[in-house]
Amino acid sequence: MIRIITFLSTFLVFAFGSAYADPKKVGFIYIGPPGDHGWTYMHDVGRKYMESQLGDSITTTYLENIPENADAVRAIRKLADSGHDLIFTTSFNYMDQTHEVAKDFPDIKFEHATGYIQADNVATYSARFYEGRMIEGHIAGHMTETNTIGYIASFPIPEVVRGINAFYLAASKVNPDIKMKIIWVFTWYDPGKEADAANTLINQGADIIVQHTDTYAPCQAAQKAGVYAFGQASNQEEFCPDAHLTSIEDIWGPYYAERAKAVVDGTWSSGDTWDGMDKGMVVMSPYNTKLMPASLIQEAVNMEVGIKDGTIHPFTGPIYNQAGELVVPEGEVAPDGMLLGMNFYVQGIDGEVPQ
Amino acid sequence: MNLDLILGILQIVLIATTPLVFAGIGELVTEKSGVLNLGVEGMMLVGAVSAFIILVITGSYFLAFFLSILSGIIMSGLFAFLVLFLMSNQIATGLALTIFGIGLSSMLGKQYIGTPIDGLSPWFFVIFSFLIVFLVSYFFYKTKAGLILRAVGESHNSAHALGYSVIKIRFLSIIFGGSMCALAGSYISICYAPMWQEGMTAGRGWIALALVVFATWKPERVLIGAYIFGGVTILQMNLQALGLRFPGQFFSMAPYVATIIVLVLISSNKLRIKLSAPASLTIPFYKGR
Repeated sequence: MIRIITFLSTFLVFAFGSAYADPKKVGFIYIGPPGDHGWTYMHDVGRKYMESQLGDSITTTYLENIPENADAVRAIRKLADSGHDLIFTTSFNYMDQTHEVAKDFPDIKFEHATGYIQADNVATYSARFYEGRMIEGHIAGHMTETNTIGYIASFPIPEVVRGINAFYLAASKVNPDIKMKIIWVFTWYDPGKEADAANTLINQGADIIVQHTDTYAPCQAAQKAGVYAFGQASNQEEFCPDAHLTSIEDIWGPYYAERAKAVVDGTWSSGDTWDGMDKGMVVMSPYNTKLMPASLIQEAVNMEVGIKDGTIHPFTGPIYNQAGELVVPEGEVAPDGMLLGMNFYVQGIDGEVPQ
Repeated sequence: MNLDLILGILQIVLIATTPLVFAGIGELVTEKSGVLNLGVEGMMLVGAVSAFIILVITGSYFLAFFLSILSGIIMSGLFAFLVLFLMSNQIATGLALTIFGIGLSSMLGKQYIGTPIDGLSPWFFVIFSFLIVFLVSYFFYKTKAGLILRAVGESHNSAHALGYSVIKIRFLSIIFGGSMCALAGSYISICYAPMWQEGMTAGRGWIALALVVFATWKPERVLIGAYIFGGVTILQMNLQALGLRFPGQFFSMAPYVATIIVLVLISSNKLRIKLSAPASLTIPFYKGR
């Protein structure tokens, strides 16, 4: 009898105890190291925020430096095989790999950052960084003296092209003479190459450096050369205090916490999230009061308010493409579909998007 | 195109190419003695992180470079011990050294990521890189010791029969290669892009390896090759910034394509292979045979 009771109680403790205490496992795939002080760093900040919000109900894992090739399939599959319930793949070019693994694991939830294809167990999410690019463009239009902006672009994907266009539209509005010089470096992460690109642009007369790559090497190069720069993804002021005007910060934490909570509660469903300043997913770093006039800072803050309440949209017509065709009519704003697939420069930008 | 612009481009090319010259010339000496060390990338990273950490702790540039070179000596000494005394396979050991170096540098540097430092002016090292290429060239072709080193790389059994210590010479060559790789790494983390980031050498070690083949194992050609590889990268950036239509992707793979072409050219003719690659490359030396 005692033996049966012991057995039963052990069984009960095991069955219910584990059902209660078993935390959900949340995994992340990072393109770079969490210490890049850029893109991956901010995802990691988001992951930690999620942990702090959900406490013991989740555990998290991350795999860093995963290349955007077949290796990513292995990495994602590894997380899936090791019992993760929710997996965030945090780079655009993990798209095919995420879907490939997701097909084999219908019970595991996947979240693909900056992607545009969903499935029953694959949600996509991104932030409207272009709202921040608009503010940067406005500031640059006022701050430049050579009327030349140097833009370091990574890969020709809609996300990056959209940023360039949003920046240029705002900059050319305040300063019609502005010229954009764009270098595609075909990497997210190579401090040496990013510095080379920044120095090349400065050498060609750019006095403001904008980057869409992940390290603070361009900002450092700008500081050394005595020109201005915008940081990327996180506040990079401490690395280049005399060059840094502001950065666009990616705030993922609240979204991650919300999605992980949904998995814990069993209410997760697929979908597409694309939030901006209004939801606090995109935040501007403190404007540099030493370098920028107070009136300009005020204008930037007003723009933030306008973007948040919807009265300002970075892609408000009339917008023409390079061929001179009207793509967004006067008084209208570009639909999300156009923004998500954007692969053309707007009128006024030289060169063409690499194919 | 005005003079300032061209001078500016030249400066950027010099700064960007110097680490390739250091790592390339180091690996060249190692390979000339008949040992292939694929650990260049790993040794560069360990060199980069050690220099950075030492600089943050002591604030002394001299100590940073000095101890960084020491780290290269330790890393390559480990490799030398494995391949020369334990006769392990050079290719596998070299790859393992790279993987080990990537992991070790990440681990050591974890808490130093994002520590701001003051970068050092690169010009001393740029000049030094030219100097070292000419010194190596002089050593190889004008001194007896250089001749012996090359003899060891061509036919270790003959060199051994003549009474030269194959193991000692190879050990020293490997150590030289390691210290040059570490110097290249510390140049990257202290002069070129003054910061520590995991994997910040971003494949330059592999380009240096390709460079040695591209140079058909000749010191001056390492210099020329490095400047072709580095120059092409910076040139295409300039063309892009000038608004010209240019396939940037192509230039990311150009060094490797060029190396394959050179390999095909030299291997199309048996005599050419004999004239270029050290004949004993990757072949282990067993004493007493």
